[in-house]
Amino acid sequence: MELSQSSILGIRDLTAADIELILDTADSMKEILTRRIKKVPPLRGKLVVNLFFEPSTRTKSSFSLAVKRMSGDGMTITRDSSSLVKGESLVDTAKTLKALGADAVVIRHSAAGAPRLLAEAIDVPVLNAGDGRHEHPTQALLDLLTIRENRGKIEDLDIAITGDIKHSRVARSNLWGMNKLGANMRLIGPPTLIPEEAGRLNADVYHDLEEGISGADVVYLLRIQQERQDKPLFPSLREYRELYGLRQKHLPLLADEAIIMHPGPINRDVEISPELAYSDRALIEKQVSLGVAIRMALLYLLIGGGEIEYEQNIAQ
Amino acid sequence: MSRILLSNVRALLPETEEFEPADILLDGGEISEILPHSSPSFAHRTKRPEGDSMELQADIKKDMNNMLAVPGLIDMHTHLRDPGQGHKESIRSGTEAAVRGGFASVVAMPNTSPVIDSPALIESVREKAEREAAARVHQTGAITQKSRGEKLAELGRMREAGAVAVSDDGRPVMDSEVMKLAMEYSRAFDLPIISHCEDINLSGEGVVHEGYYSTLTGLPGMPASAETVMVARDLCLAGETGCQLHIAHVSTARSLDLIRRARKRGVRVSCEVTPHHFSLTDENITSFDTSCKVNPPLRPREDVEALKEGLADGTVDVITTDHAPHTRAEKDVEFDFAPFGISGLETALGLVFTHLVKPGILSGAEAIKKMTSEPAGLLDIEGGQLRAGRPGDVTVIDEEAEWEVRGEKFRSRGKNTPFQGKTLKGKPVLTAVAGNIMWEDEKINELC
Repeated sequence: MELSQSSILGIRDLTAADIELILDTADSMKEILTRRIKKVPPLRGKLVVNLFFEPSTRTKSSFSLAVKRMSGDGMTITRDSSSLVKGESLVDTAKTLKALGADAVVIRHSAAGAPRLLAEAIDVPVLNAGDGRHEHPTQALLDLLTIRENRGKIEDLDIAITGDIKHSRVARSNLWGMNKLGANMRLIGPPTLIPEEAGRLNADVYHDLEEGISGADVVYLLRIQQERQDKPLFPSLREYRELYGLRQKHLPLLADEAIIMHPGPINRDVEISPELAYSDRALIEKQVSLGVAIRMALLYLLIGGGEIEYEQNIAQ
Repeated sequence: MSRILLSNVRALLPETEEFEPADILLDGGEISEILPHSSPSFAHRTKRPEGDSMELQADIKKDMNNMLAVPGLIDMHTHLRDPGQGHKESIRSGTEAAVRGGFASVVAMPNTSPVIDSPALIESVREKAEREAAARVHQTGAITQKSRGEKLAELGRMREAGAVAVSDDGRPVMDSEVMKLAMEYSRAFDLPIISHCEDINLSGEGVVHEGYYSTLTGLPGMPASAETVMVARDLCLAGETGCQLHIAHVSTARSLDLIRRARKRGVRVSCEVTPHHFSLTDENITSFDTSCKVNPPLRPREDVEALKEGLADGTVDVITTDHAPHTRAEKDVEFDFAPFGISGLETALGLVFTHLVKPGILSGAEAIKKMTSEPAGLLDIEGGQLRAGRPGDVTVIDEEAEWEVRGEKFRSRGKNTPFQGKTLKGKPVLTAVAGNIMWEDEKINELC
């Protein structure tokens, strides 16, 4: 089986079969990460460039680690996107990377569509590590893997996403992916945080938290962007916490064995209370560790060579 | 100056507002004679043994093979980028693009570098146009100094220097009191105010229409209300002041409703629509193609349909290009960072025929009026009618010709077109300005 796409620009471009293939491949990668020697050779001699125009800790280190685990060469370029406006264009940067011999480019950018612009400019696979409010496909894939690992499936689960959905690429990618795999989607938040025409997104919209999470198998909390508070979309963090913050008292409303997820980093005691964030219901750290497996799987499927070898056996 | 005979055209005659077989003679910069084939003198003329008198007079004779002849088109909303932005366009390149698109006259917007906000700048454009322009150039002045929306520019002195209207196009006059002052004051000179209606607090950092496709793409949206609330404000102010208000690039159904109702109340308001707003919907932005980035943004199908209705029922007076050329380097960037604007002069006529005339929304004559006599009347400028004694501005159109849009072949420096590769039906084949043929299709001489 092969992916239908040569780049991973967004979950909307992927078929359900693509997603399943990526998750299955990531399952094999998970096993590698439990070995004593956590290294396999499929990216030997391959150069993966991380191009980060926006601050990122998790995604950037997760991609770097994935490259290392697969014996590839990684190079990270971080730049402030605002300097790009004046200086070197993204298209020129892309051509430079091509000339350096990049086999794949990972890009994080504040502008929606930037990875696509890059992919159109060079003929090497591009992996979107988050672009504006558009998509964050690797985050959604690791979230899907987390749910599948925990609940055994995605299909027919009731999944509620709460928070600033309107400005969230994580919410968009998850919504497309979860819908493709047959989950029943709910979006929860005040109307100012719900995207336009949400009625056409194949999701039910709730403005009341308790109503929205009732019976949910998964509650996915988004980070409230405090930096946006110069022109606030809701009156105060205090009010948000009281109306939309998930707390211990909400647990009985959820389905049995429901799980709580968050893409991180958490605003403790805003979208989630600390005791819940560190409870065994919350899979936040699990999401981070599965992120490496997902990124390994994508790099393997896009540019990896041959079977995954078992160096571990040789080493032993 | 040569005398030019355009024979066997179907001419849009002002008396009947219909296309009628005729011959047109241009002489001395004017239309010297229009001879309908139905007139007795035509029959008499063709029978004369010593030859055709009109033909004998002409130095250049072109048999136009039954194509449409219309008054030289007038674009009431053009960005020539002159002075100061020659990398995007200039008076020379912009007017070459104009005649290539069938336009004999353009009305240039003042958001240049510097902003045209003084009589000296109006005059300098006129002088440059006299030297370099391929089409007639009419200049608008800014409403406020440097188009900052704060203090009135010298509207009266600019009017005297030849400004045909004033506009802060590209940015709105956000301060309602300043706009009201401008409207009151401009009445002294009967100076039309062209308003770019946008509430910049509502449009914010938006780059596309806020709706389903902004949600899908994650591109920051600007709501329809960013336009509509300003249309409402300006209509109220125009009603209060009696100003002649022209609303630029109307793009929403609600704006048109407001304009209709204001007109019924007697507000002196006219408005324009661009070809891209009636030809494309916001679905196009899913390609992230920056040539679709334009302000006001491409709108949903319901709005596009409403614009067509407004064109058909007469609510929309004028079709303009809002020709906004940019360089490839400026547009070949992330969607958020690309400048707004579409290079429109060379596709406008094809889009009008393809999307309005062919489907029967407007007759050819109705469509052409919105690009000729209507803008000429609103701005009180020459041209706009095929009549003996009027300026020799004529555009000949092959309404059946199919052609493919190729931005790289534009005369404009701006190759930024969202219609790249599209096939359009109907195109200009000859543009005469002041009795001179300023452009003709290379194939035309094979036909003659």
